[in-house]
Amino acid sequence: MYSFEFEKPSTIADAVAALASEDAQALGGGQTLIPTMKQRLAAPSKLVSVSGIAEMQGVCIEDDGSVAIGGATTHARVAVEAAGSYPALAAVAGQIGDPAVRNRGTIGGSVANNDPAACYPACVLGSGATIVTNTRQIAADDFFQGMFTTVLEEGEIITSVRFPVPQAASYQKFLQPASRFALVGVYLARFADGVRVAVTGASEDGVFRWSEAEEALNKEFRPDALMGLHINPANMIGDLHGSKEYRAHLVGVMTKRAIEACS
Amino acid sequence: MTQVSMTVNGKAVSGDVEGRTLLSSFLRDQLSLTGTHVGCDTAQCGACVVHVNGEAIKSCNMLALEADGADVGTIEGQAAEDGTLNVIQQAFQDHHGLQCGFCTPGMVMSAAALLKDNPRPTEGEIRKYLEGNLCRCTGYHNIVKAIMAASGQDVSSIAAE
Repeated sequence: MYSFEFEKPSTIADAVAALASEDAQALGGGQTLIPTMKQRLAAPSKLVSVSGIAEMQGVCIEDDGSVAIGGATTHARVAVEAAGSYPALAAVAGQIGDPAVRNRGTIGGSVANNDPAACYPACVLGSGATIVTNTRQIAADDFFQGMFTTVLEEGEIITSVRFPVPQAASYQKFLQPASRFALVGVYLARFADGVRVAVTGASEDGVFRWSEAEEALNKEFRPDALMGLHINPANMIGDLHGSKEYRAHLVGVMTKRAIEACS
Repeated sequence: MTQVSMTVNGKAVSGDVEGRTLLSSFLRDQLSLTGTHVGCDTAQCGACVVHVNGEAIKSCNMLALEADGADVGTIEGQAAEDGTLNVIQQAFQDHHGLQCGFCTPGMVMSAAALLKDNPRPTEGEIRKYLEGNLCRCTGYHNIVKAIMAASGQDVSSIAAE
């Protein structure tokens, strides 16, 4: 790792001020950023840890019934504290990485990084969540902009993520057992006004909504509704773990499993 | 350099570190607590697992400065002062839960974290909890058996004999 300055402020305002210097970067749990820096694929001049900011910690229920997760809340904590209010979200958090990674990794870090195979982006997009930053509120549909890319500006911090709670939801993860990321993961959420299906691990454009499946499921919510629907493999990720065609096929398989789990 | 202070295995310690100093480096190089092993250095193998405020974490993937003020537990703090092994360590010895021993500090620290939250885990729960701890010698069976035994359960029916 190249040398860098380190700051650990206790308020969002102080963190924003610390991030104003050139090439400064926010540090969540560091479970991706630290290995990336060891590889010298990232070399920020300063890391600003958000782990000491009390107002970015924890799970709470808002007045409208939505579940708000502080940006610096660890996966382990979400897995426990959201289990009553939004079980499918808690289940996603509880299957990220391994126990030691879940004790450090944070929702804000995962969502800001937007790894194309990460679990949280599928849950956030599939739930139609709102990403709250120090300056604005961003709908999940506008937030993710392709592999490792989001609309976040330099120095902008995810302070919380607010999830509307669906009638039923399920995350189906086809585990890539070496990395513990999703080879393909499908998050399906059924709301009173429609179904949302978000797919991670599969596309070279990162997390995406499978709108054809959503339309079909809005007409008829059962696994057979997907008959005749296919994902075009052209834009899928193909690597030694699975070809483009294999991943395209898995999207259908995992979506069907999610429908069955929600039926 | 910045001063960092923490409690390690019940003793107050401090030292001067860079921003980039990893907790594993601080423990090993400055405190000479070399029981915490660095295997992959990419947060996958779990040999570096220690406890920070009671939670298992991978110390090669945490900055030392992030542990400022924390209560840290390492493998050196597991046995009694006179060297008597704790129940998990003794079970690893009794059930041959190690061969080369490189992964063992991380395995014991993960096992201790598991048993704190789940004092009588099933075999499946143990295997699931150890997903982030790699062992290249034992094939895991005897590690799982040792942890079952440490939790006071009958191990006669565990897969490997």
